[in-house]
Amino acid sequence: MTRLVLSGISKSYGAIQALSSVSLVLQPGEVLGLMGDNGAGKSTLVKIIAGNFPPSAGEMRIDGETVVFHKPRDAQRQGIEAVYQDLALCDNLSAASNVFLGREAMRSLGPLKYLNYRRMNEVAADLFRQLKSETRPRDLVRKMSGGQRQAVAIARTLLSQPKIVMMDEPTAAISVRQVKEVLDLIGRLRDHGISVILISHRMPDIFAVADRIAVLRRGELVASKPAAESSPEEVTGLITGAIDAA
Amino acid sequence: MTTLEDAISRSQHRSWLSRIASQQLFWIFIAAIVACLTLSLITDTFASERNLFNVARNFAFVGIIAIGMTAVIASGGIDLSVGSSVVLSAMVISVLMADGMAFWLAAPMALGAALLVGLLNGVLVAYGGMPPFVVTLGTLSAVRSLAMVLSDNKMIWEFGPDHGLLLWVGGGSTLGVPHPLYVLTVVAIVMSLVFKWTRWGQHVYAVGGNEHAALLTGIPVKRLKVSIYMFSAFCAGVAGILMAGWLGSVTTNLGQSMELTVIAAAVIGGAKLAGGEGTAIGAVVGALLIEVIRNSLILLGISTFWQGMFIGTFIIIAVAFDRIRHFRS
Ligand SMILES: Nc1ncnc2c1ncn2[C@@H]1O[C@H](COP(=O)(O)OP(=O)(O)OP(=O)(O)O)[C@@H](O)[C@H]1O
Ligand SMILES: [Mg+2]
Repeated sequence: MTRLVLSGISKSYGAIQALSSVSLVLQPGEVLGLMGDNGAGKSTLVKIIAGNFPPSAGEMRIDGETVVFHKPRDAQRQGIEAVYQDLALCDNLSAASNVFLGREAMRSLGPLKYLNYRRMNEVAADLFRQLKSETRPRDLVRKMSGGQRQAVAIARTLLSQPKIVMMDEPTAAISVRQVKEVLDLIGRLRDHGISVILISHRMPDIFAVADRIAVLRRGELVASKPAAESSPEEVTGLITGAIDAA
Repeated sequence: MTTLEDAISRSQHRSWLSRIASQQLFWIFIAAIVACLTLSLITDTFASERNLFNVARNFAFVGIIAIGMTAVIASGGIDLSVGSSVVLSAMVISVLMADGMAFWLAAPMALGAALLVGLLNGVLVAYGGMPPFVVTLGTLSAVRSLAMVLSDNKMIWEFGPDHGLLLWVGGGSTLGVPHPLYVLTVVAIVMSLVFKWTRWGQHVYAVGGNEHAALLTGIPVKRLKVSIYMFSAFCAGVAGILMAGWLGSVTTNLGQSMELTVIAAAVIGGAKLAGGEGTAIGAVVGALLIEVIRNSLILLGISTFWQGMFIGTFIIIAVAFDRIRHFRS
């Protein structure tokens, strides 16, 4: 069954048309590399799928059912997780607290419920180990490197069993070694049947993991084709407009 | 491998020490202790039972409200209306009791009135999207005016059949400890636990740290904000009832400009006006320090006109300390 179907998704910010009638299909366990120039509408599309705001027009279906999201929580309930471009972390909280923010692990003492810091630290440590990141769960995010922050934001998405994980430029601020870890991770997600939408400006990253490549240009989807049938040259042409569509 | 473990435990030990020493609260606490010790040495009145009793009682009022204020500040807001919530709560309870109502009925009504102020603040800030400074500046003015209307701007000093009970609750003591101090202790302990160990507490800091991120993670930010302003108003309401009993009379200038002292206490105690930081214990210690300063000026015979200078200096030192700490790390 098709995991996600977007049909005719449009979004305008006042006079700016950020997305015009984008239609896209995503299969389970498929990695979609989403590319496009600055301002092409990539982040806007991610935010709509993640329930930050509704599209001005268009329809979204998950596993065949039409969904309407009013807030990010609605999308999370449907198994959609996102790593945002600005990472959206609370600097004043620990890594583990950030991973669990909004769905904290609790223990109960009679009728009283209180935060289960031990469990949150253990689970977070486990996730960081999976990500091969040297992030300590108790450290404050304020004191962390770009790569560690990235790991915290990605670990967040793995907390529940997600259906779709979207990553908005997850490799922009991190070292070569960590880029490889993130790409390996995306491969592991795919192996678990999780669909991934990866946004990146780095062509090699996209071609390393993507099964399908979609290109946005000024809010319009100009291509969506298997990565094996495309090439970096073609994608570059599509992004810049040298090639009209493919 | 022992060497490695040694190194780790040693480094953890050091970081534990340096962590304490880098806490603003620690130094404020030291300052308060030093001030107390010095005063006990150079005056014979400070350490007297009677004076300590007064200090304890006076700082309890500010401390209770400062804990509520800390929640607001930690969430990135501010509540200027606490002084007006104090007078509204005191006025509601005294008018009702003077009318013959029992204390146990009138007190919840007073708290209810204060909670309504908090509800209004919270709704306007969270759902109306208005800046907290402006909203609570508005209620600061409106609510005090409401208290004046309610009392016809008269002093109330007879509280009906439960007169004695109200005076006992606010002005009495048990085992030599004034009642407001018991209330402060309970509020401080409960809120320390709430801030650290509940979802609510965690979310307060999250909203103060990065409201946008908190929203994206699905925290009900609006409802949370309403509850925070209501909690602040609740603390002010409790203090209002206690102050009515302590003073034995209520006038419409009760709690006037108290918000400044309360904010000062919270900030000196480590609450960060930018949001994301603040503790209940910090608020208590901040309130204590302010009261000790005020008390010492009186005991030393220094004009109380100097009071603002000292408190102001401490606020700036506290904030400067925070800057230096961030600069270093
Ligand atoms: N909140 C907003 N209000 C108004 N316009 C916006 C807003 N967010 C984005 N836009 C506009 O929508 C268009 C698409 O922006 P978007 O952030 O989706 O681009 P992007 O493809 O993610 O770019 P980048 O590669 O730089 O991250 C841009 O023209 C941008 O200026
Ligand atoms: Mg973007």
